[in-house]
Amino acid sequence: MSGHDHDHHHDHDHSELSETELRVRALETLLTEKGYVDPAALDVLIETYEKKVGPRNGARVVAKAWVDPEYRKRLLADGTPAIAEIGYAGRQGEHVVALENTPTTHNMVVCTLCSCYPWPVLGLPPVWYKSAPYRSRAVSDPRGVLRDFGVELPKDTEIRIWDSTAEIRYIVLPMRPAGTEGWSEEKLADLVTRDSMIGTGLAKKPGGAT
Amino acid sequence: MDGAQDMGGVKGFGPVQPEPNEPIFHGEWERRAFALTLAMGRPGGWNIDMSRFARENRPHDDYLSKSYYQIWLAGLEKLMLERGLISEDEIARGHSLDPPKPVKAVLSSSDVGAMLHRGGPTERDPLQPARYGIGDRVRMKNINPPTHTRLPRYVRGRVGTIELLHGAHVFPDTNSLGQGEDPQWLYTVRFDGTELWGAEADPTTKVSVDAWESYLEPA
Repeated sequence: MSGHDHDHHHDHDHSELSETELRVRALETLLTEKGYVDPAALDVLIETYEKKVGPRNGARVVAKAWVDPEYRKRLLADGTPAIAEIGYAGRQGEHVVALENTPTTHNMVVCTLCSCYPWPVLGLPPVWYKSAPYRSRAVSDPRGVLRDFGVELPKDTEIRIWDSTAEIRYIVLPMRPAGTEGWSEEKLADLVTRDSMIGTGLAKKPGGAT
Repeated sequence: MDGAQDMGGVKGFGPVQPEPNEPIFHGEWERRAFALTLAMGRPGGWNIDMSRFARENRPHDDYLSKSYYQIWLAGLEKLMLERGLISEDEIARGHSLDPPKPVKAVLSSSDVGAMLHRGGPTERDPLQPARYGIGDRVRMKNINPPTHTRLPRYVRGRVGTIELLHGAHVFPDTNSLGQGEDPQWLYTVRFDGTELWGAEADPTTKVSVDAWESYLEPA
């Protein structure tokens, strides 16, 4: 379950990996023969989450909220319709709440029980988000987790952890970096990292540093 | 269930290890396992809470030693076996040995977009007014069901404050058992870090969970 196990399967344990690989192949053949699945539908599902849906969606939402105060208000008041305005909706994003980072409050999202994550705006979760180290420590040692990501926040910043235990999905609206006045939404979106929308990172600063 | 999946606050898993430039899937089998799981939801007819229970309801060492998509795969096999859609023998051989069971529908490639766009909203019309309001203090019940629940161990018995109301939502504890949706008011309940982890905890930390009304009692 952990990122470590994951690497382990890949780097050192080829026999186990290939056993899993064979089992998946066998299962797909079986389910196709039964007529339960259409392999073409599988291809479309994979293509959707590999090519079309990802954190660039969320970055556009954030960038729009940075430049458009009315949009920001709508997003924070009711995330789902505001996100649907720019075309993102659906599975694992049916009920979205946007969380605003401020100079005094930093939000961070976790799912301690499984891997709940706002797919329409962030795509599929990275391995670390689903791993035991993150799921166990995000709620009890968030500053330690942030240090694992190289993020150190001021001692008096309030850290708000949101454990996604229901079908509400959370996206963090990171603070807009200084020195970006007058930037276009498209250019601003380049500063919005996936981790900054989970809360384990901050938006990039102009010039490349995070 | 108090299984290995309920990880909040558990010690000893080590540091988080972010992977630079991580691919969406690690290998072809993860792609196929992911897609098979999503596609089988339609003919399979189970709900998301049944899926979660099928994944988590396994021995701790099994859950902790499997990678994420290996757990998905094991959950998918379990759901299909329980419903007689396939047999162990068929999985082992990788071929169909018996005629298929009649299923309501199969996901076609042209249905995928609409299926994903529709998703599975869980909000329902409330059956009664909300018992609690924003700012109310509530204690999380101490329950330890052997079946699926979304009330994590680390908040049970703890007192928090209602922060958000989300309307009435499908209740996973019954929905996972096929016992109906039993829509209940859903709240975000916020806890001080010190309430959860003791006086030594970082006082700047606040943690919230989303909790259905029957998980709560007045504090």
